[in-house]
Amino acid sequence: MEKNIAYIALFAALIAALGLVPKITLAFGVPITAQSLGIMLCGTILGAKRGGLAVLLFLLLVAIGLPLLSGGSGGLGVFVSASAGFLLAWPLAAFVTGLIVEKWRSGSLAIVAAIASVVGCVIVMYIFGIIGMAIVLDKTLLQAAGFVTAFIPGDIIKAVIAGLLTSAIAKARPASMLSRPAHNNTV
Amino acid sequence: MISLTSPIETRAHSWSAGFKLAALCLSTLVLFSIHSLIIQITFLTVVITLYALPGLVFMRYGLSKLSILWPFIVVVFAWHLWISELLQGCTIIMRMICAVALANLVTMTTRLSDMIDVVRFLTQPLQRFGLNPRILELAIALVIRMTPVLLDKGQCLAMAWRARSTRRSGWKIILPFTLIALDDADHVAEALRARGGLTNLEKN
Repeated sequence: MEKNIAYIALFAALIAALGLVPKITLAFGVPITAQSLGIMLCGTILGAKRGGLAVLLFLLLVAIGLPLLSGGSGGLGVFVSASAGFLLAWPLAAFVTGLIVEKWRSGSLAIVAAIASVVGCVIVMYIFGIIGMAIVLDKTLLQAAGFVTAFIPGDIIKAVIAGLLTSAIAKARPASMLSRPAHNNTV
Repeated sequence: MISLTSPIETRAHSWSAGFKLAALCLSTLVLFSIHSLIIQITFLTVVITLYALPGLVFMRYGLSKLSILWPFIVVVFAWHLWISELLQGCTIIMRMICAVALANLVTMTTRLSDMIDVVRFLTQPLQRFGLNPRILELAIALVIRMTPVLLDKGQCLAMAWRARSTRRSGWKIILPFTLIALDDADHVAEALRARGGLTNLEKN
């Protein structure tokens, strides 16, 4: 139980810290914010339930007024802006990502975690994000989708990176992979 | 950790956080059900007046927080210019600015401790499902304490990289960074257990 609380809290802190570090520039000059990478890692490492709770805890802290989102924003305002749908989908995105990593035990972890991140943190997140944007900006779903498609390739790259990171973390700290308790047998 | 609460004391700082949040929910609902430009302009004027009341410094800080909205404003404006329905576009933009500005206003005038009290009140019913509100409070405190710690360690990591390589670290630095977070989590869990663990918390 203590381990669960500590992991959930530390991952919420990790999402925050990843949002506050300067933007990371990929090899071909595309800048990415690492915060959404943190959401993916919550799912792939902590699993569905704990990953979702870590993200929920992070959002709770943002809502009560801590400037933890990328670029130091936060407060209640971000939950009614045009990108609110994405934000509110984060816990579910981490949950779905974690669920896939938990259930899909065959094959390489890097590939499974990357696919899980694409399904959870790209497909699920964009569905909610687009619905939210359509509501706030009073647009049809198709129009709202048009506004955000440009960001999808970047997020898919992040999902691949999340897959690689997850597999490296599983090798370095097998006991910490709460999404794959089988790894704990070695400890 | 610095919260977004304004250091400039306003009269609203002493109002009940629950009341402010309820008023915010209600006004946001009203905002989204109104489609008339004139009423939106009136609403926005009222909001700007609310920002202006505590003084210039408060207003400047508050309005600077709205800068995150400009990409949406540009997109919506361009889109409505293109389909020549500028009036509708302006209504949408104003509504969004109003909603975000009002929500930020509540954040700026409510202390973190008051917000945590509201969270405690709202999570009380969850006790029936076995969630102890004190555990949630412990988790909140842990995040607030550990975020700057992790940030410090992340900065040390970045410095160590720069000392050894002329190339940029890129995403690879996230691996050791996550490992640091995982190790810290293990230490924190151990420390919690050493102090009697969560069962002790429940007893108190």
